[in-house]
Amino acid sequence: MGDIQIKKSSKVYDAIVVGSGAGGGMAAFVLANAGVKVLLLEAGPFFDPLKHSQQLKFSYESPRRGASTAFRNGGDFDAAYGGWELAGEPYTRKDNTQFDWFRARMLGGRTNHWGRISLRFGPKDFQPNDGYSENWPITYEEVKPYYDKVDRLIGVYGTKEGLENEPDGIFLPPPKLRLNEMFIKKGAESVGVKVIPGRGSVLTKALENNKDRGACFFCGQCGRSCKVYADFSSSSCLVIPALKTGNLELIPNAMVRQVLTDTRGLATGVSYISTDDLQEYQVSGKTVVLGASSCESARILLNSKSSTHQNGLANSSGLVGKYLQDSTGSSLGGMLPQLMDRKRYNEDGVGSVHLLGPWMHDNKKLDFPRGYHIEFGGGMGMPGYGFGGDVPRLNGQLPGRDGKMKEAGGFGASLKDDYRRFYGTGVGMSGRGVGMARIDNYCEIDPNLVDRFGIPVLRFHYKWNNDEINQAKHMQQTFQSIMHAMGAIVTTSERNAENNWGLAAPGRIIHEVGTARMGNDAKKSVLNKWSQAHDCKNLFVVDGASHVQQSDKNATWTILALSMMTSEYILEQNKKQNI
Amino acid sequence: MNRRESLKALTIGTLSTGVLLKACKPKDQNAEVSKQKEGEADRPQNEIDRNKKLNAEKFFTEHEMVTITVLADLIIPKDDKSGSASDAKVPEFIEFIVKDMPDHQLPMRGGLRWLDIQMLNLYDNPFKDCTSQQQLQMINEVAYPAKAKPEMQQGVAFFNRMRSLTATGFFTSKMGMDDLGYVGNSPNQWNGVPDDVLKQYGLTYSEKELKESVRF
Repeated sequence: MGDIQIKKSSKVYDAIVVGSGAGGGMAAFVLANAGVKVLLLEAGPFFDPLKHSQQLKFSYESPRRGASTAFRNGGDFDAAYGGWELAGEPYTRKDNTQFDWFRARMLGGRTNHWGRISLRFGPKDFQPNDGYSENWPITYEEVKPYYDKVDRLIGVYGTKEGLENEPDGIFLPPPKLRLNEMFIKKGAESVGVKVIPGRGSVLTKALENNKDRGACFFCGQCGRSCKVYADFSSSSCLVIPALKTGNLELIPNAMVRQVLTDTRGLATGVSYISTDDLQEYQVSGKTVVLGASSCESARILLNSKSSTHQNGLANSSGLVGKYLQDSTGSSLGGMLPQLMDRKRYNEDGVGSVHLLGPWMHDNKKLDFPRGYHIEFGGGMGMPGYGFGGDVPRLNGQLPGRDGKMKEAGGFGASLKDDYRRFYGTGVGMSGRGVGMARIDNYCEIDPNLVDRFGIPVLRFHYKWNNDEINQAKHMQQTFQSIMHAMGAIVTTSERNAENNWGLAAPGRIIHEVGTARMGNDAKKSVLNKWSQAHDCKNLFVVDGASHVQQSDKNATWTILALSMMTSEYILEQNKKQNI
Repeated sequence: MNRRESLKALTIGTLSTGVLLKACKPKDQNAEVSKQKEGEADRPQNEIDRNKKLNAEKFFTEHEMVTITVLADLIIPKDDKSGSASDAKVPEFIEFIVKDMPDHQLPMRGGLRWLDIQMLNLYDNPFKDCTSQQQLQMINEVAYPAKAKPEMQQGVAFFNRMRSLTATGFFTSKMGMDDLGYVGNSPNQWNGVPDDVLKQYGLTYSEKELKESVRF
């Protein structure tokens, strides 16, 4: 081991940002544009959608026809490198509970492949006042100006609906519904389920005052990341533009071990291992901003023990890693018999949702708190691995071209024709709801295991309870009623109490937040309302870790708004020489 | 225009979306299979290495490949609209995918042997060497899960898998996509469901939708 040494740089950056996803990317963007000298560390490789996206490839350009691999769990064309398991970087689980952790090691992280569904939290999401959820230390009114700025900077389509808890934004026009969504809308409305046009960060029109991003050309492949930067990825929309300021230095393949602190307990920099040369490095900064993802930031804090932070950095409350929350998720698929033999045309549309079902119920009449929204889809997508899987089952349920029923299954010319006839008839609906914040759902350091870099790994403990299970049941009842109203045949296997009504395992919806929650009381929270550590004033956390209690809306738009708010606060405090 | 040309248009710069739309005439919608070149820049090296390694390996024996080809062509034969599974290189796809997804290996190998044993017992020949009438008779026994005899259940399970892989292999090929009439994956401006289709299903966009949605 004599050839390993720690390389220390003498340069002192104004700020070191760890992680380049929505939170870290926004912090790097705001700080670098304000003239601050920023170092951005990213654990994965450089990724530029223009060069590295798999957009516009046909399935046959993948030998596995787009199926997932160990390198890309989302499929061979998906933009996220990595997934549920990373070679050499394990995590463990406690007491037979389950939490699955999706990690994308690359510039921009998971924002390269996300669904671009971009929703503001509403007033009741920040201040639920339901006697059940914890309130945030901030209100919608305080965050609204930042949501507005994010809308203008990044772009989001949608419509003004004036709904109490689904605040309208500054919207680009939404794409029109596709055929299957028109059927869903009609079916949903007939059973009293409110649906509205989708809201997504896709440029249906070119963004004013932005010459670097093109308008959407409707390939429906946002999940592959966009070569003309027409959708929001932190790589294309934040980090790459920020590099052009000359104030941002980016080190990819830099896996952070810990935040370094001095005898006063202040952050002085960061230590990392380069996954390129496997050498150890230390870099110095006046401010450290963590945006490594909710769980990875918690891991870094817990691994940053020192004489002044014996319980891990910023962890005098003991709450780092606690209150881990993922969204609930349950889905149902079906097919519309009336669409058999439908006319072919290009209906790819945008790669985010065209139709959305907001939560409109009164919980007083329900057996669970909070709620969920519904994401709808279906239609003539590109055939990929697993194509037509339901056809040999469904072809026994509907009459053939000759009007006669036949036995399910089959082979030969008649089966071949069935695949054609059923193509494009699918419909799907997915609920995404509130997972409640609980202290006994958490991640912590596994005392017995390190990863291939020698960094102690996370151990998870997570259980759903009836709050989430009853919510999933409600989702399924809603989906069934919409399917029935449309005259659809349900194709997914039965959802019932045995399988928690199809409720996905914790972590599977990839909306995890809450591991360093903000609050006004330093004993009951890790960060203050500016996402600044109570215990260490020059340390900030800008990913989902700060979230007190998630809402049914996915976290990204709120992570962006709060990271912008924090970054402006850092600039202001710098000016006042407070940090 | 093909993908390579699309991508060239994309790199032109700020007007790229417009350039792309103008350059993409309908006749060019179906791109050629781009040859996967060594060191292709848009993928990490570990992915390229894995594909190379899998392509250099061989899983199925000659005998098995012939049987797979016969089965695939029984499942998806040539008709007046398009070619057969083997015309679309489905057997080659199946050879690749079982190496890529090892969970397929045992059920495929075992299922093929199960089939041969049935045929040897009945006709003294492995499946591939039986007459097409004999082959059809056996396939009829395993192709309809609900009416298959209990002693044929293992054959049903194998045939389900074989049928799924054949459907994937065929309809994800260029021939299969053309057969389906798939016309997506091409730059365009989404203007909503075509009028004749709306009319066919008796649907209309509301005034609100027409006013608010993006139009071209």
